[in-house]
Amino acid sequence: MNVIQAPSQLAHPGKPAAATLGLVDVDIHPRAHGLADYKPWLSERWWNYAQEYGARARHGFTGGQPPFPKAQPLACRRDAWPPGGGTPASDLNFLRSHHLDAHGIDVGVLNPLQPSGQGDRNNGFSAAMAHAVNEWQLETWLRPEPRLRGSVVVPYEDAAASAAEIRKRAGDPNFCQVLMMSRTAEPAGNPRYWPIYEAAAEAGLPVAFHAFGYSGWAMTNTGWPSFYIEEVSEHATSCQNQVTSLVVEGVFERLPALKVVLIECGFAWLPSVAWRLDRHWRHLKAEVPHLRRAPSEVIREHIWVSTQPMEEPEVGRHLKDVMGWIGWNRILFATDYPHWDFDDPRAALPATLPEEHRRDIYGGNARGVYGF
Amino acid sequence: MSQTTAAPRRHVVAAVGEIPPGGRKLVEVAGRRVVVFNLDGEFFALGDRCPHQGGSLAAGCVTGHVSSPGPGEYSYSRRGEMVRCPWHYWEFDIRTGRSRFDPNRVRTRRYEARVEAGAALRDAVALPEGPYRAETFAVRVEDDYVVVDA
Repeated sequence: MNVIQAPSQLAHPGKPAAATLGLVDVDIHPRAHGLADYKPWLSERWWNYAQEYGARARHGFTGGQPPFPKAQPLACRRDAWPPGGGTPASDLNFLRSHHLDAHGIDVGVLNPLQPSGQGDRNNGFSAAMAHAVNEWQLETWLRPEPRLRGSVVVPYEDAAASAAEIRKRAGDPNFCQVLMMSRTAEPAGNPRYWPIYEAAAEAGLPVAFHAFGYSGWAMTNTGWPSFYIEEVSEHATSCQNQVTSLVVEGVFERLPALKVVLIECGFAWLPSVAWRLDRHWRHLKAEVPHLRRAPSEVIREHIWVSTQPMEEPEVGRHLKDVMGWIGWNRILFATDYPHWDFDDPRAALPATLPEEHRRDIYGGNARGVYGF
Repeated sequence: MSQTTAAPRRHVVAAVGEIPPGGRKLVEVAGRRVVVFNLDGEFFALGDRCPHQGGSLAAGCVTGHVSSPGPGEYSYSRRGEMVRCPWHYWEFDIRTGRSRFDPNRVRTRRYEARVEAGAALRDAVALPEGPYRAETFAVRVEDDYVVVDA
């Protein structure tokens, strides 16, 4: 039998054959060369503040930087440093050739990380930075490259300022979601954050929780771990807390249109969290009378998850069971480019997953949730 | 079946001086990408493609072997003899191609590599093929060369 490759595969050797509904990468991390990249959109007051005081994460002693050294420099693939200089994913042309073109990515979602001002102790600075980062995304990435979509970076510890920033971006097709971090100063369902979700629902934008966030709290319930391997594994538990809080506080009862996307936090834990919540909810309904439906039902209606880094159980069927429970239409493909734990689209999804599900994970599901 | 497998052919991949101790070179032999390492004058050749997701080991960092008899105790040995994939940091022993975390089941292919004198090579070897042809060179009887069997 002659195998004829689709033209798109010939042009993009790294595109998986199953991506027949397009290849959407929901986790790309663009990086500024430095704070000066944001200067055009910072007022003189905030530019001077950035120079004189700088970012102040709620974490002590970290200078706004991640508290655990990463496996690789800047936590990046060693082959992702642009040949022309600069840090990984700081150069649009290299991002195009090394990532978008090589893999035939039809749509790539940008999730800018620090320095973005998110979670800064100075709310005013956080809001100014978030606005500047959004303008920088538009100018540097989104207008020049139609395959890219931005995330609305919000100063999430100041919900009113966040809602204002979301409303500025509402209706702009360059932005496809609102971006929060998975570790906030209080659990994400707390009513202090609700203006963010109201503005997002009103704008028709899903809210993404991406792993990390320097909230001042240790990343485990028993304090600071010793190793980076613990930090990366605990991203899952950070999202467990956020999902539990969002569901139990009644955010989705209040905002039935709200969609939440969990990025880089895994997903195999989601069924067990839901089962446990269901069990307790049956006994404790009276404590949370606003929660009218079983938590598992709410979760499966409002939560989407992303693949990278995906759990890899020894028995392939276990992965299928978990994915099936979450919903084959709820799982979005992500690479995490340019970070060191990047997933190659050709190798990320095991061939044991039925092809129509791989097709949906690669592209169809993201088109659904984001309306691409 | 295996009776039809051809014996490996010798491929000249570099003049000895081209890969200094601690250095490496990515070559293509018999249609395969192979990375050749020099460990203090001994040469080793591994398949370049990481068996996990295909990262190029030639672009990874070379490091040593960290081992521990128990929590809180560490020793660092075999400096320069391990290579780590530039993507997910999977670690391979340059001498054997075996992975650090599952040496019996996860490995990258190891090819025989050695130094041979130019005089012994003339008319006896296959020159590198494929897109690396531009890197081929004339074998001179008075020089030494790195040879890979593939």
